[in-house]
Amino acid sequence: MENDLILLGHGSGGKLSHQLLDSLIIPALSSTLPAGQNDAALLEVSGARLAFTTDSYVVDPIFFPGGNIGDLAVNGTVNDLAMMGARPLFLSVGLILEEGFSQADLSRILASMRSAADAAGIAIVTGDTKVVPKGKADRIFINTSGIGVLEHGLRIDGAAGRVGDKVIVNGSIGDHGIAVLSAREGLEIDSGIKSDSAALNGLVGELLALGTGLHALRDPTRGGVATTLKEIALQSGVTIMLHEESLPVNAGVRGVCAILGLDPLYVANEGKLLALVAPERAEEALEIMRRHPLGAGAAVIGELVENSAGRVMMETSVGGVRGVEMLAGEQLPRIC
Amino acid sequence: MCVGVPMQVIAIDGDQAMTEVDGVKREANLMLLDQEVQVGDYVIIHAGFAISRLDEAEAKETLALMREVFTPEDMV
Amino acid sequence: MNFLDQFRDREVVQGLARRIAALTRGRSKPLVFMEVCGTHTMAIYQFGLRSLLPAEVRLISGPGCPVCVTPNGYLDRAVALSRLPGLIIATFGDMLRVPGSSSSLMLERARGADIRVVYSPLDAVRIAADNPGKRVVFLGVGFETTAPTIAGSILTAKARGLGNYFVLASHKTMPQPMAILSADPELSVDGYICPAHVSAIIGANAYRPLCEQYRVPCVVTGFEPADVMQGVEMLVRQAVSGESKVEIQYSRVVRWEGNAKAQSIIAEVFTPIDAHWRGIGVLPGSGLGIAEAYRAFDAQCAIPVAVEELKEHTGCLCGEILKGKISPFDCPLFGKSCTPESPVGACMVSSEGTCAAAYKYS
Repeated sequence: MENDLILLGHGSGGKLSHQLLDSLIIPALSSTLPAGQNDAALLEVSGARLAFTTDSYVVDPIFFPGGNIGDLAVNGTVNDLAMMGARPLFLSVGLILEEGFSQADLSRILASMRSAADAAGIAIVTGDTKVVPKGKADRIFINTSGIGVLEHGLRIDGAAGRVGDKVIVNGSIGDHGIAVLSAREGLEIDSGIKSDSAALNGLVGELLALGTGLHALRDPTRGGVATTLKEIALQSGVTIMLHEESLPVNAGVRGVCAILGLDPLYVANEGKLLALVAPERAEEALEIMRRHPLGAGAAVIGELVENSAGRVMMETSVGGVRGVEMLAGEQLPRIC
Repeated sequence: MCVGVPMQVIAIDGDQAMTEVDGVKREANLMLLDQEVQVGDYVIIHAGFAISRLDEAEAKETLALMREVFTPEDMV
Repeated sequence: MNFLDQFRDREVVQGLARRIAALTRGRSKPLVFMEVCGTHTMAIYQFGLRSLLPAEVRLISGPGCPVCVTPNGYLDRAVALSRLPGLIIATFGDMLRVPGSSSSLMLERARGADIRVVYSPLDAVRIAADNPGKRVVFLGVGFETTAPTIAGSILTAKARGLGNYFVLASHKTMPQPMAILSADPELSVDGYICPAHVSAIIGANAYRPLCEQYRVPCVVTGFEPADVMQGVEMLVRQAVSGESKVEIQYSRVVRWEGNAKAQSIIAEVFTPIDAHWRGIGVLPGSGLGIAEAYRAFDAQCAIPVAVEELKEHTGCLCGEILKGKISPFDCPLFGKSCTPESPVGACMVSSEGTCAAAYKYS
């Protein structure tokens, strides 16, 4: 079997993506600075602690219920900064447009980028536009990079989880992935589900009140909650026990997953965060989230139960126990 | 192989039906059914086709057996 | 009643678990039941049902994933077809990762083949209607549950006068491998958890010859967790009382005679053939080929293509695993050269496959 080709699964955020990073990208590109495995790099510049991140956005369809590629490109990068506990400051925007793309569509996308940036309080300060011949790109790709500043001395890190910590999510899981999938041509599914695309920096700002009780923050985007928790479990060297009954899942997400044979634990989110919080502060964290418009559906979904090589287990809805792994390859509709 | 979901029939047009589960709607084809189906019935949908109608009386009977209190005589 | 939540009730499942424990307490030798359908395998893992069963009951997975049992030669032909200009392959998602002799559809897609994942074979018919200048080949895999849906797509394409819709058929039928398994003296199974939706089509009567000849308990069981637990309880009761009969646990869907209409559509479009099961070999009369009258829709006949020479992977113990003789952990390739991202054997390919499920959830 030939192993040279890049497969779609290498971009799924799951195990193949990790393999590509570990075997090719990090060895080739990482500088002498410690790499870290978080959503943004932490940099010290003239006494200031900065977070720096970049992300490229390719989504089909570009307009979907609850958002479009534009607000996604702003919110996603803002969220990567927010997951470090940073206050987002500046954003760059790189547009790659396919010859023949509609200016009206571009204008709609730019307008939603603008309003997403304003809502998140981040300034778009630089940008670039390229056009490639018809067929060399799929309508529009967007890259955004963001800089934020850390104004606290806390260590918020996927490796900082401790046994006893509670795992808290700020609301229902799987909405973004299902909204995009249902809107995709060919599946003809009417789910009524909207993407949860939203900037989480406001909510994170409130959560910083937990001080040293806040151990880790991570947004479960591609690969879903399962993949993100597995990453945290590996980074912190712990076993995470999830409780299926506590997982907030909208009925429509459940329905689409049932029809297509998918698992909501592996479906992407764009306005969700997972927080590891010291057990004595968990109740307070829940209250903070539930007071915020983006945390009304917050729930404790599990806890860190023991030190280990990094495992995720789940107590199922009927009381059984099973292991939870990272997404392998792409999440494909499963009929057989 | 046989992922199949109970979905409720909400509209019928010849061999085509609109079916729903958890508020999610998807068209399904009825050509494989040998049972009469009406709006409100539940059918098992596999790969876009209804393959069987669900029998509510049987379902209730199964549930009753599942919930039956365990008696000492059952301890073979 | 939505026919879902009621059968996922925690108290009901736990109550059934207690009943099974009481019925089997103190047995010196565990009762071994085989679930022959991959969807049961998935449900058992997904709901963690093994952890709810007493040590006296062991569940093993049989050959129940049609993707798993699709042989290399079929994939090689699909790969060859995908390389033809102006040809679209339409398929269920799971087939993408199945390795052939030297390639897979996922690799071919990366090389530029037009391969589309669909939810229903009717979606493939629509692709054919929308692309009159191209040929569309649907990969027809699956057991009796799926075969009538593929047959339905061929009848639909015929009614719509579409000359560019084809099916590459590799359908399998279920009772034959169960009979072969039962005849294997090395295999000791105390009962079969019979498939839910296959049985909705073929009917529970299909298991009677097998049950009578080999005196093995058979319970047609639903896919929800309470169904599986009740199916196991019914098998336990038969086993401890020394009975062997066919019973239907999934009576809300499955009838003794099955679905006559679906059976007649299968009989109209397909004809029984000998079929090659990956890891098991050729089983007489265990497959469905496209019938003479529908040859025009048969990709195998209608689209000639040169197929590469067949190469089988070595060291893979899929056959033994499919037969339930060994567990995935006994295979030297498991988790090493054979993983869900880079599967060697069929059991790792499908997310329902015995090895993939074992890798993912344990």
